[in-house]
Amino acid sequence: MNLSRHINARTLPLIVTSLLFVALFGFGSIAYTGFFSAQVFINLLIDNAFICVVAIGMTFVIISGGIDLSVGSIVALTTMVTAALVEHHHWSIWAVIPLVLLMGAGFGLLMGVLIHAFQLQPFIVTLGGMFLARGLCYVISIDSISITDESYTQIAQYRLMLGEETFISISALIALAVLAFAIYLAQYTRFGRTVYAIGGNERSALLMGLPIGRTKILVYTLSGLCSALGGVLITFYMLSGYGLHALGLELDAIAAAVIGGTLLTGGVGYVAGSLVGVLILGVIQSLIAFDGTLSSWWTRIAVGVLLCLFCLMQRLFERGSQSFSFLFSYWKKPAEPSNNTDQEASKACLTQVTTRTAA
Amino acid sequence: MTVEPILVMQGIRKSFPGVAALKNVQLRLFPGEVHALMGQNGAGKSTLIKVLTGVETPDGGEIRLKGELIQPTCVGEAQAIGISTVYQEINLCPNLSVAENIFIGRFPIRGPAIDWKTIERESQTALAALNIHIDVTLPLASFPVAIQQMVAIARALSTAAQVLILDEPTSSLDEDEVERLFQALRQLKQKGMAILFVTHFLDQTYAISDRITVLRNGEFVGEYAASALSRLDLINTMVGREIDEASYAAETAAQTGSVAADPYVSACGLGSTGTMRPIDLDIYQGQVLGLGGLLGSGRTETARMLFGIDHTDSGTIRVGGEAVKLNSPRKAVQHGIAFCPEDRKTEGIIAELSIRENIILALQARRGIFRYLPKRLQRTIADEYIQQLGIRTPDAEKPIGQLSGGNQQKALLARWLATDPKMLILDEPTRGIDIAAKLEIMELVKAQCRKGLAILFISSEMSEVLRVSDRIAVLRDRQKIGEIAGKDADEQSVFRMIAGAES
Repeated sequence: MNLSRHINARTLPLIVTSLLFVALFGFGSIAYTGFFSAQVFINLLIDNAFICVVAIGMTFVIISGGIDLSVGSIVALTTMVTAALVEHHHWSIWAVIPLVLLMGAGFGLLMGVLIHAFQLQPFIVTLGGMFLARGLCYVISIDSISITDESYTQIAQYRLMLGEETFISISALIALAVLAFAIYLAQYTRFGRTVYAIGGNERSALLMGLPIGRTKILVYTLSGLCSALGGVLITFYMLSGYGLHALGLELDAIAAAVIGGTLLTGGVGYVAGSLVGVLILGVIQSLIAFDGTLSSWWTRIAVGVLLCLFCLMQRLFERGSQSFSFLFSYWKKPAEPSNNTDQEASKACLTQVTTRTAA
Repeated sequence: MTVEPILVMQGIRKSFPGVAALKNVQLRLFPGEVHALMGQNGAGKSTLIKVLTGVETPDGGEIRLKGELIQPTCVGEAQAIGISTVYQEINLCPNLSVAENIFIGRFPIRGPAIDWKTIERESQTALAALNIHIDVTLPLASFPVAIQQMVAIARALSTAAQVLILDEPTSSLDEDEVERLFQALRQLKQKGMAILFVTHFLDQTYAISDRITVLRNGEFVGEYAASALSRLDLINTMVGREIDEASYAAETAAQTGSVAADPYVSACGLGSTGTMRPIDLDIYQGQVLGLGGLLGSGRTETARMLFGIDHTDSGTIRVGGEAVKLNSPRKAVQHGIAFCPEDRKTEGIIAELSIRENIILALQARRGIFRYLPKRLQRTIADEYIQQLGIRTPDAEKPIGQLSGGNQQKALLARWLATDPKMLILDEPTRGIDIAAKLEIMELVKAQCRKGLAILFISSEMSEVLRVSDRIAVLRDRQKIGEIAGKDADEQSVFRMIAGAES
């Protein structure tokens, strides 16, 4: 395969993001002893598994041209419902987990239906969903509920050993599985391609005969499902349910998607990019933790700067590619226009009527 | 021929609030023919196509495909039964690859996944049939509009449709590309496909069509064999009244009312480094100055400099004898200059607002928001212009977006006339509207001129410039190369001027 063919305005942000991750990791490895190890890398996945899953759902929504602000609250609600059912009602986790996943998907479905059927702004609908879900957490309890159920803690603490000293958690494995499925969904299924088409131009997609309504509803359902799964992963990580869990997670997820090369205007982006985006957020946190002298709020500052830089970069790449496009030779034999004679001049004048460009 | 028509539409009716868009319209399509659907703007062509392709549901009438009653309710359904459409504005997704745009909605699946290899291979074949050889894996947006239009056509063709609808597919293609498209259409015709072709260009209609159906004001006028209908007859049936073709083509401007002795606006050496070389222009009240020149010769740039949109770095402008600096449109408006920009949809109308609000906009802006025009006065002004300019609408409160292109243009004209300007710049006021509306607009321009307005008229159709203008300033390569009096000029002399300046 010709590599240079695949480097264009679409893939460049992803490539730059990946290189940035390598650079940041490399910097950490040189600056801090003990940073360069497989475990530090895998920990990035383990610690950020839930953001990763949530960001994947968000990526689909953003590619479709929408936004989902409710994800953080659905995560919190999931942790609350899970903790309450497992601890207070002593349900089996094998009943609870499918139930909460269904709940998250249902929540997303409902918002999707509202957005599609009534042509409402995704921003407002999911903002409503955000308040609603966060509020519902406190109906269950205003305090944190810790999970002590044995089968739950066993899963949470299970470590799959990779070699002598490295291990990976169930959460990280789930996140990777979700990622693999999401890539398949985005690149190799009709649903995925329809999502891209809607984000590119919804009206065109409609006129091309694509199932707009179903796809849009499914996108929000998928995001709700991912949020619920993210909530389950948080309960594995924190072993508690709390209404204040995942505060502002929706913004982290959006940031991860954008840093990973997804355009907020829709139509452009890669699911894998969001993983790299999450890893970059994670590696910045690790760097600050290893440094030890900086406050953890520096993560926010770094993310803020990065976000601005990435948006700027995407715009610059787009401009660049526009000027490149004139260099492509697309006709087999280019016709040289000449208007030396009267006849040709009048011909040229006739054709200019049909030409789109403004004088 | 005793061939059965493949598609029959009969008694189609469709109303939108306030307007009957289609009244008892019929259409027959035979396999192996190219059928032109003609009519002025607002005749109902687009609505008919929308009904046929499932975008709109008809209020009455029946559609039969191969004898069977069909009622497509969405585009996908119409496609599935073999009706493919290429729309006027390119309806593809710029972010997807060319191959994907051709196949989306009916991706071949191999195993659990989309078969990208087949898609790429078959897209290449489909485009090669139109003699286009491009990398189909690149995003659509990386190609020029003409290529995108050809991709849209390739998409429609590759659906193995029985009926292909082309809604003004050539408006973004150049002559060479049109010919390529026609070659492809002739091949398809031989294969027995029925092609419905909508266009405003008479030459193209006659170059490709076998039969012509004419609509007027939402009504079916007639179905004719293309060989049996002369151009003049076609125009007459479309317009519904006699139009002398010769007078349309090149009527030299009849001298209009009294011309002021001194120019109202006089530009001397006006130029802007990099965009426009210094230019001298005198625009008199009671006279139309036309800007003639090919695409890219600097017509719009000249207008923008005069209206203070583009920065100038040399020369002077005198308005009414006084030297002024027009460095913003606001200044220009204060000096009585009005400007109708060329892109009606994006720079002109505000589609959601009513006709009244659109007309009143510039006048209110000039007065400032603290001197609000009472609604009753607004309505009087709007009604006056609706009547004066012959804007066809049930009332002034209708959203302007629902009017046809010609009527929108008239409303825009009204917007600026309402400000009582001394000079009016019209940039492509006749673009995208039909012949009768063009004639009407041109008549209005001349009538306003007779009232003592100074007009700068820009059009890419030279015959229109010739018809309207008292004098023509000829531009080439962002430079003025000469001036001709309208009555001495014909297309040939202008073109000779342009061609002569080349050496």
